[in-house]
Amino acid sequence: MQKSLVSITDYSKDEILRLLQHAEKFEQNPNQPLLEGKVVATLFFEPSTRTRLSFETAVNRLGGRIIGFSDASTSSSSKGETLKDTIKMVSNYADLIVMRHPLEGAARYASEVASVPVINAGDGANQHPTQTLLDLYSIQKTQGHLDHLNIFMVGDLKYGRTVHSLLMAMGHFEPNFHFISPDELKMPSEYKQFCDDRGIAYTEYNELNENINIADILYMTRVQRERFTDLMEYEKVKNVYSLKNKMLENTRSNLRVLHPLPRVTEIDEDVDTNEKAYYFQQALNGVFVRQAVIAYVLGFIS
Amino acid sequence: MESKEVKMVAALRNGTVIDHIPSDKLFKVVSILHLDELPNQITIGNNLSSSKLGSKGIIKVSDKFFTDQDINKIALLAPDAQLNIIRDFEVQEKKKLRIPDSFEDIVRCGNPNCVTNHQPIVTRFYVTNHQPLTIRCHYCERMMIADEIKIK
Ligand SMILES: [Zn+2]
Repeated sequence: MQKSLVSITDYSKDEILRLLQHAEKFEQNPNQPLLEGKVVATLFFEPSTRTRLSFETAVNRLGGRIIGFSDASTSSSSKGETLKDTIKMVSNYADLIVMRHPLEGAARYASEVASVPVINAGDGANQHPTQTLLDLYSIQKTQGHLDHLNIFMVGDLKYGRTVHSLLMAMGHFEPNFHFISPDELKMPSEYKQFCDDRGIAYTEYNELNENINIADILYMTRVQRERFTDLMEYEKVKNVYSLKNKMLENTRSNLRVLHPLPRVTEIDEDVDTNEKAYYFQQALNGVFVRQAVIAYVLGFIS
Repeated sequence: MESKEVKMVAALRNGTVIDHIPSDKLFKVVSILHLDELPNQITIGNNLSSSKLGSKGIIKVSDKFFTDQDINKIALLAPDAQLNIIRDFEVQEKKKLRIPDSFEDIVRCGNPNCVTNHQPIVTRFYVTNHQPLTIRCHYCERMMIADEIKIK
């Protein structure tokens, strides 16, 4: 059985830490021709330019070649071919499949029918494990370690898959979680249960205020209009959960603000120049983390 | 020992008796086992008095011995039901139902955006909690609790 990465829970704490170490080495020395002569398929059944470019940059830095498509309308699946047949066909051509798909569970299924490793680059609202790894990498890099941190998650905690995966991955490191969201977008009970089962402390708040002064990490997420039936409510929430520069005045010096990007209004542009703003560097870290994951699933590093 | 009331429903030479089905689950059990398609003699009783359940249902099917897959389906719907295998008018085996840790091709995923609802894929679920019954889809990882669980 080959080593795919579908869900962050596929990896143990030890594996996660080793991958982060490898990512650090790729950051120090990004151009390493480990994939010479290898072909990587990037199958994007739904478009995501940001994620695709990050993966393709990672493959290029490793000296590999790329085949694939960036939109399902140009792929054979639009002609009614089953996902299984597409994956089986691509397995014959490529040494590794990176796939993004609008349906939840598509990557798990692909990993079961493919004869080569599959890296999940997002399956609907379910998982996006390389995003989680790059979040962990960013936290470790800015804090020096991952243990016992005050992690604040802000915004859409109900539908935001990045916060759910990050919560599960951070669960290895005895964090103190703080959830800030409107009532209609609260952290689902199954994730609070996850914390309870592991003795992980968490506190829930409705307001983004001076509570954040004890934060080590402020993880902001997008509050999307589609999540609200009442548009008035959306307008209200949108303003309440928007981070402004002056709110960072009395926060810890080691605090860093993360966001999976793209942002809309949840972080005011006046935060961008604050040294605590880390979201742009965070995105760059994605390339190094993806280099590590690619090299790992292909067995070039252990 | 069978109660008088159960005996009144019908005596069975060979076959299976599914007893202690909660009354509100009886016809769902009939449906998931596709008993309406069976040519066998079937006796169905419902709203019978039961000291344990208050009111119960019972199903007797002649010359029918259910597969493990069918038994798992019954367990999901009515975990406290009891299965009696009858041979020559005697209870040969009493089976207490047990919900398996995982099961394939029984439940339909309740997540409309799950790949199993769009591609020809055999569903697979894991039991993550027994009380209340909670299961997780192997593919989309979504949790479903008791009433949300839809049997194929
Ligand atoms: Zn599912």
